[in-house]
Amino acid sequence: MSSLTLPPTGLRFENIDKRYGGLFALRRVSVEISPGECVVLAGRNGSGKTTLLRIAARIVRPTAGKLSFPGASSETETAGRPGYVAHSTMVYDELTAEENLVLFGKLQDVPQPAARAVELLREVGLYDRRTSAVRTFSRGMRQRMAIARALIHRPSVLLFDEPATGLDPIGISWLAKTLGDVHRSGCTVVMSLHGESEISALATRAIQLDAGSVVADTNSGASLRSILSFGGA
Amino acid sequence: MGLLSSTGTLLGKELLTEFRSRELLTTTVVFILVVLILFSFAINPTSEESREFGPGLLWLAILFAASLMLQPCFLREQANDTLSSLRLAVSDPFAIFLAKLLANTLFLLLTEILMLPLFAAFYNVPVLPQFRYLLLVLFLGSLGVSIAGTALSAISAQARMRELLLPLLLLPLLTPVLVVSATVSVSLLDREPVVQWKGIGFLAIFDFIFLTALWLFGEYLLEE
Repeated sequence: MSSLTLPPTGLRFENIDKRYGGLFALRRVSVEISPGECVVLAGRNGSGKTTLLRIAARIVRPTAGKLSFPGASSETETAGRPGYVAHSTMVYDELTAEENLVLFGKLQDVPQPAARAVELLREVGLYDRRTSAVRTFSRGMRQRMAIARALIHRPSVLLFDEPATGLDPIGISWLAKTLGDVHRSGCTVVMSLHGESEISALATRAIQLDAGSVVADTNSGASLRSILSFGGA
Repeated sequence: MGLLSSTGTLLGKELLTEFRSRELLTTTVVFILVVLILFSFAINPTSEESREFGPGLLWLAILFAASLMLQPCFLREQANDTLSSLRLAVSDPFAIFLAKLLANTLFLLLTEILMLPLFAAFYNVPVLPQFRYLLLVLFLGSLGVSIAGTALSAISAQARMRELLLPLLLLPLLTPVLVVSATVSVSLLDREPVVQWKGIGFLAIFDFIFLTALWLFGEYLLEE
């Protein structure tokens, strides 16, 4: 998998609140994620995992609090933009796999976006379908496309929201290997997961959310497994 | 990537997806055509009535067709949450608006240019003698419709009852554009044509003010 060209970046959430009307999605969340960590966010449905990831991706603005990227500088602005894989693919169905990647590559100042798109399509196993419209892809192929889009600008922070959704066991193994490669290249990875899997085995730290607040945060083996298994509850 | 280059890239994407699906252009052309034909039966094309009311009907058809065309503008970005990926990718969110409003203006202008010969035939109004001025009014009017419509499309796409909301917000807001564009067009298509520069100036100022407002506050319209 592609290696980073710039120093890795961390994430710092300081007293983050997010309110939708009168409902608190996040309440005074303060977490610091060091560069190069692989963090799993665990918790029941509605605990605030997706909101926290969307705030980290700067798609959602927090109601209060501050988000910063320690290690990011003006030179690393493009790579400092997190790569984000959400529940939906975030690519255009009407465009081909290659057109989608070239589009997002150009928008993010990727040098030689066409060559980078081809390189990524080979890596995610979609090279043979590069000229097919994304609407013709299966769920697993779409997920691979989503991952390729998130990696196009060689981000130093990767955010995955339940990345294994819709993947079969072979797809999950592929994803675990891909994530492992990305993490080893120095990228900071934050992902929300339900339960233990090949993917959760990559985690170096687990943070448990409940009703929008951090209720546990550990990097020790037994506690980490305990949180991950609870996350699937 | 700078604002202009991002806008150019996104405009290319908008044109490519539209020319592949042809959803917006087909709908708009058919709608304007139907309205022009139906109203042509209500007006005697040999009388002065058609010169007086024809341009107003044309603009009314353009406005209603635009509200149909603008509806999916941001709505189709929601299907796969592509609006989020665009916001992640561009350094200036105004590029997203600028590309969309330029694409909408181009689609509207293309539709209007296609419809003008039919309008001339159905309403017995010669459009060629004042074509360049007419084109200027069509451009400024369409730009105004597109700027306001693109902004409101971003708002309505996130709301409940979104199909109703856009026309409800758009039509009152664009009444000045409709009135001025129709008045200037009537003067241009008169037997003794007059170019109403005040009206053209009003359209240019309307476009400038709304474009500036969109540049200043557009980012907030994209927020969840």
